[in-house]
Amino acid sequence: MTAKNINLTLKVWRQNGPEDKGRFENYEAKDISTDMSFLEMLDVVNEKLTLEGREPIAFDSDCREGPICQCGSVVNGRPHGHEKGTTLCQLHMRHFDDGDTIAIEPFRARAFKVLKDLMVDRGALDKIIQAGGYISVNAGGAPDANSIPIPQDVAEKAMDAAACIGCGACVAACPNASAMLFTSAKVSQLALLPQGKPEAAKRAITMVRAMDALGFGNCTNERECEAECPKEISIINIARMNREFLKASFFSDVM
Amino acid sequence: MNWITKTMGSSIGKKLMMAVTGLGFIGFLAGHLAGNLTIYGGKDAFNSYAEHLHSLGPLVTLAEWILLTFAVIHVGTGLLLFLQNRKARPAKYAVNKSAGGRTLGSGTMPYTGLIMLVFILVHLLNFHFVDKTDTTIFEIVSEAFTDPVYVLFYVAAMIVVAVHVSHGFWSALQTLGANHPKYMPLFQVCGLAFSVIVGVGFGFIPIYFSILV
Repeated sequence: MTAKNINLTLKVWRQNGPEDKGRFENYEAKDISTDMSFLEMLDVVNEKLTLEGREPIAFDSDCREGPICQCGSVVNGRPHGHEKGTTLCQLHMRHFDDGDTIAIEPFRARAFKVLKDLMVDRGALDKIIQAGGYISVNAGGAPDANSIPIPQDVAEKAMDAAACIGCGACVAACPNASAMLFTSAKVSQLALLPQGKPEAAKRAITMVRAMDALGFGNCTNERECEAECPKEISIINIARMNREFLKASFFSDVM
Repeated sequence: MNWITKTMGSSIGKKLMMAVTGLGFIGFLAGHLAGNLTIYGGKDAFNSYAEHLHSLGPLVTLAEWILLTFAVIHVGTGLLLFLQNRKARPAKYAVNKSAGGRTLGSGTMPYTGLIMLVFILVHLLNFHFVDKTDTTIFEIVSEAFTDPVYVLFYVAAMIVVAVHVSHGFWSALQTLGANHPKYMPLFQVCGLAFSVIVGVGFGFIPIYFSILV
């Protein structure tokens, strides 16, 4: 595909700080190469704004290679844009047409505070991890590799869940701003493996309680999360977490 | 006992209550529909079905109380979830677009639910809390459906029920953790099939009566 240049109109959410009310502002993005990523396109717009002496658009980004996901905004109503299984940094401008108007908004949820423009504080997801998204390992010599047999299909399922990069697109996409897909991926990746079993009951309960306390909504099985997830994590993990939570609540010693 | 309130008050606990009561209602719908189909056997078949049902006496009363309890839990928890979920996103998006997860059923659950609640109240006033001395249930029903407004209302309500059930059935199973690559597609097809059966099965009865009379 040959590269060409396109012109776009951006409708960008601008907000000076957490307490500011915020508003949309329009910007022209001219001569954008279709080889650019979405974030590079925003860089071009920001350079122009800076040269004009205006405040550049604040947005989250880090590695820009896909696997870390500090980035993420809602593009035309879709977290990370409309391409399936793609993070915003891997969304390329060839997926847009000349003359398009693009609305760019921050991830919106009560649990995610907008810090500035498109930047949001996703620390609530870290708090869910702190509540139980770990395993406890006694100090000592490193155990031999493969000393604990794990069937390949189980390892694959755990890996599929562990592919979650914690970007928060599931929360942003959920009509209820629920963090069930994120939490269930973290619960699943550990619950599936023998190393995660000893703390499975406690983990399921503490992580779900932390998620509820942080102000995320309740899951109503709308399935928008799995459709939007850049790592295509399945809601089968949510069902697994439901099982883990109910098993832990009714049959374990954890109060 | 604190663990019970903590469990049931959690987001998954509330979903569990919705799922269990919802599946209870699906069972009720299946039973109610099976009974109603005796209408096609004629006046005597329908009246004798009603008589046999009521001859169960205290069992019917028990079932009614269970249904009422389920309804209170289902409606109460549903409203709580609806309000909490609205609060979870105080600032709305300017542009809303589905990625293809939402369905007509899943996106309208609170609304179809409330319409059903109104319908159930009207339905009970029509056929349950009426004077049944010197008359039969067949006469009460055929009398009610001479009014085209009732026919239209009942048919519309049954479409709403079908839409609600189309999401409710598989969703309840997902909540209970019954998501399995082998069985989930089957659950989804069963849920859709059941919602069509419920919609057509119940929805055709008022039409049948209005043709009959």
